[in-house]
Amino acid sequence: MGARSDHARVDIARRRLLVGAGGLVLGPCLLPLAATATPEAMDAAVRQVVGTGMVRPGRVKLEIPELAENGFSVPMTISVESPMIAADHVRTIYVFSEKNPLPNVVRFHLGPRAGRARVQTSIRLADTQRITAIAAMSDQSLWSATADVIVTLSACLETG
Amino acid sequence: MRRSAARLGGLAGVAALFALAASAPAQQRTSARELLSPELRAMQDDDARNPGMLWVEQGAKLWQTPDGAAAKSCAGCHGDAAASMTGVATRYPAVDRASGALLNLELRINRCRTEHMRAPPFDYESDALLGLTSFLAHQSRGLPMSVATDGPAAPFLAQGKALYLERQGQLNVACFQCHDDNVGKRLRGDRISSGLATGYPAYRLDWQRSGSLHRRLRACQLGVRAHQFELGAPEYLALELYLAARAEGLPIETPGVRK
Amino acid sequence: MAQTRIVLPKTAKKGEIIEIKSLIQHAMETGHRRDNMGLAIPRHIIKSYRVTYAGEEVFRAELFPGVAANPYFSFTTVATVSGDVVFTWEDDRGTVVTETVRLTVT
Repeated sequence: MGARSDHARVDIARRRLLVGAGGLVLGPCLLPLAATATPEAMDAAVRQVVGTGMVRPGRVKLEIPELAENGFSVPMTISVESPMIAADHVRTIYVFSEKNPLPNVVRFHLGPRAGRARVQTSIRLADTQRITAIAAMSDQSLWSATADVIVTLSACLETG
Repeated sequence: MRRSAARLGGLAGVAALFALAASAPAQQRTSARELLSPELRAMQDDDARNPGMLWVEQGAKLWQTPDGAAAKSCAGCHGDAAASMTGVATRYPAVDRASGALLNLELRINRCRTEHMRAPPFDYESDALLGLTSFLAHQSRGLPMSVATDGPAAPFLAQGKALYLERQGQLNVACFQCHDDNVGKRLRGDRISSGLATGYPAYRLDWQRSGSLHRRLRACQLGVRAHQFELGAPEYLALELYLAARAEGLPIETPGVRK
Repeated sequence: MAQTRIVLPKTAKKGEIIEIKSLIQHAMETGHRRDNMGLAIPRHIIKSYRVTYAGEEVFRAELFPGVAANPYFSFTTVATVSGDVVFTWEDDRGTVVTETVRLTVT
């Protein structure tokens, strides 16, 4: 019945499945051979961006689901309280991860032309972790927000 | 119910009751969309954000693009898809009257290409075929599924139903055990849908791209560690017809967003 | 050229804050994944996304592999004058994708 009549193709499919068990294209949760960021690596990445500036919690709202359906694509909205005028606006929003292979996730460059400091995108999360957003303002001040996200495993652990 | 069965009398009434019992009650048929988190459901419902729309747009472009030795485009024969293709996807898979073959949208598109455009068929999981299939199914978004299950479709339906009921794989699980008996329950981080397939081709986060129903069926079989068929295999076509019959009356969602 | 999808109002009133949403088809290959043979799949990502409006930059994003595939962005801008909104994506191999949408401001 069907492809079962073609034994050569069945064997290849079975072999691919066995190889796949060890070398399947793995989701973000399973990266045994890739470097994983540590909170220290994240701190270094943050320092690289903010220098000796003091980062204060506040003014930034980081909206991200508490439970991520799938680590490959997690919707995220970041808004910052700011009049977004020439004299007082958000210059840059930085997003950092403590568990992804790389600590930098995405950066947004805004300005008074934005009218409002509100951006949306979808990011990848390698594991359950805390995400940090830092807003650099035109007056050199730095504000932050964090959010903890649980990343679940999908049902059948199949990648097909 | 009992009173009307008595009035119909004997076998006719009993047969009617059995027919009612055989179809899944409407409230148990849950599209995967209903089981998505609010964020992902919002992603599906926002055409500006739904990544599957990238393939719909790609399909729209291909619809206008002449191809093949006949240098025809789909639009050259079918005109504006919004007019000519509305409702078509609700009737697929369908038996091709000329050849007697059961065709889904993908195979119908490729048949048009080879027979009328004299162009090579697209690879099953190529962006081009996903795009055109998404574009066509999208023209029927919101319309209820309504495939023919009688006449020449009947033997294919029986084959599809048999596959749906058959235990398979190392886990020795049949489709119905999850998708009828355990709908809405959790399987690790996922919630089990009724397997209605009304959102395909769908943008599946696991794939990080749009993908066909057959790819999803292959993934199901891999999940229960069963032998997988090839994309476009007659087994998948028959199963696709059975799933479409199970989804009778439910709206097409293409492009769906799935995990 | 990668498929894009851009949604913004065709017209806006002067001073109105409009929302712009965009999608681009791109695998955003991280470089960390391995294929069935265990070989690393090379990194291939969009690195920058820049939007200008009537010639002036109004939005820019720097993308790292942590941005999901087929990147979606939503941001806002103030409607000032009628003009072209130009969207430019550049990947780490030098490929550039550009789209232009006309915004009419009354």
